[in-house]
Amino acid sequence: MRQGIPGGGAMDRRACRVANLLVGNDERAAVLEAALIGPSIEFHATTLIAVAGGDLEASIDGTRLPVWHAALVPAGATLRLGAATTGCRAYVAFAGGIDVPCVFESRSTYLRAAFGGVDGRAIRAGDVVGLGEPSSMSRHIAASLARENGAVGIAHWSAGATLRPAYSVEPTVRLLDGTHTSLLSEPSRQRLFTERFRISASSDRMGYRLEGTPLSLERPIELLSEAVAFGTMQLPPGGAPIVLMADRQTTGGYPRIGEVASVDLPLIAQLKPGDFVRFEPISLDDAQALYLAQEAELAQARAGLEWRFSRGTT
Amino acid sequence: MHLAPLGDHAVLVTLGDSIGEATHRRVQAAVARIDHARIRGVVDLVPAFASVAVHYDPRAVEGDGGSPYARLRDRLRRELSDLTNEELPPARVVEIPVCYGDELGPDLDEVATMHEMSAADVIRLHSDALYLVYMVGFMPGFAYLGGLPELIATPRRSSPRSAVPAGTVGIGGSQTGVYPLVSPGGWNLIGRTPRKMFDIGRDEATLLATGDRVRFRPITRAEFDDWRE
Repeated sequence: MRQGIPGGGAMDRRACRVANLLVGNDERAAVLEAALIGPSIEFHATTLIAVAGGDLEASIDGTRLPVWHAALVPAGATLRLGAATTGCRAYVAFAGGIDVPCVFESRSTYLRAAFGGVDGRAIRAGDVVGLGEPSSMSRHIAASLARENGAVGIAHWSAGATLRPAYSVEPTVRLLDGTHTSLLSEPSRQRLFTERFRISASSDRMGYRLEGTPLSLERPIELLSEAVAFGTMQLPPGGAPIVLMADRQTTGGYPRIGEVASVDLPLIAQLKPGDFVRFEPISLDDAQALYLAQEAELAQARAGLEWRFSRGTT
Repeated sequence: MHLAPLGDHAVLVTLGDSIGEATHRRVQAAVARIDHARIRGVVDLVPAFASVAVHYDPRAVEGDGGSPYARLRDRLRRELSDLTNEELPPARVVEIPVCYGDELGPDLDEVATMHEMSAADVIRLHSDALYLVYMVGFMPGFAYLGGLPELIATPRRSSPRSAVPAGTVGIGGSQTGVYPLVSPGGWNLIGRTPRKMFDIGRDEATLLATGDRVRFRPITRAEFDDWRE
């Protein structure tokens, strides 16, 4: 970010990591992010996959694949994703990860500057994408799902319930103080934590624009451009807050009136235009405690799967 | 110096309150100190005009007791406790060739007229100055430059253009700079450089880094068309 290159990456990092976990991948393996509507993917070889995050009604040759579950897709079969019924974004993980180059230590795509991923652009019809070498854990999971008749094998196990939330269309998101929270007018401060805000149609991977009663500062302030974070809530002159997301610019000049707790970023990432969001305050200590607890859960889930699938037993 | 959280994954270290060389030196010194200290858990630094953000992973911050933020904040305070006598490496001077005016700089004549001078005067004032890169942000490779002569400071256009070509040199208010990528833009476009401000194929992808000095050098259209890196 020192060179002005955005952090990028998955909007819902937790779902992305769980998807990789379910297929035995390293957490940072490249996955496919599908927003609102998903692709159809034909598999040239038998492949272990998982879909996590929003439910885009995945099916493999007509057999429904429930979200948050791994599946072994036979060679020649087609995975179809439809429109989102819960959440907004689904992550498709493939054992071995998607084989795309590492640019600036990341396999993500940055559309604006056209680098990373498949030629720096969104995937389109006709693209053929390769996968990396599956891990031994992936191979054991795949073996456990293999079916005699070449049918789709779907895992009956999944990650723990706390790692696969039910996405709400009006979640309450926890917000830490921003640098300039104390400059909000008192009525605005009240409104921030009592009213609901609508996700605007102009929301995207750079930021989610929130519509509602406009907020304002007690007094206008001239700010120097400085760093922002994933989840920074800015207040531009019009009074409609923006929550900065994965493809945000590295710096900004608008007042920062809040910071979304990292553990709640997935809740925002799974909202679509027309959905609503509410906010409640959280202290830094509590936010970090929640983050550490969730990391412990992910580590535990990984350890559990490794124990189950690294010894070659089903 | 003031340290405060920037969400639950970053610390914002504020070292001044205005744009100027002294504050800039403090920021550069802080960046050098933090880099040198190789603090576990720190994943990125983002310097700006008067601050530097330290992005970190709370899981990886050393020690126990108190929050990861508090432990990192205290460590940063110790590392930055005496910034007054910092030796900074000498700044690089980066030369940026610019073909001014005509189709590469469609607003040059308007800028000249606004300031009641000739286009040649604008070019001379713009290219005589030595600029300082205060920070890189807004988009990959976009450098915020200080030092535009007040005589040619020109307000942003009321109707921004939807697609300013990469490499375009512009003036927006008292700022000047180069658009590294095609982008919407409201600046007054006075020329274009054949150099790539941002190139992922190059060892150093961004041409300019915080602390660099920059000089613009006028070139002809023929030199622009024939330019090879």
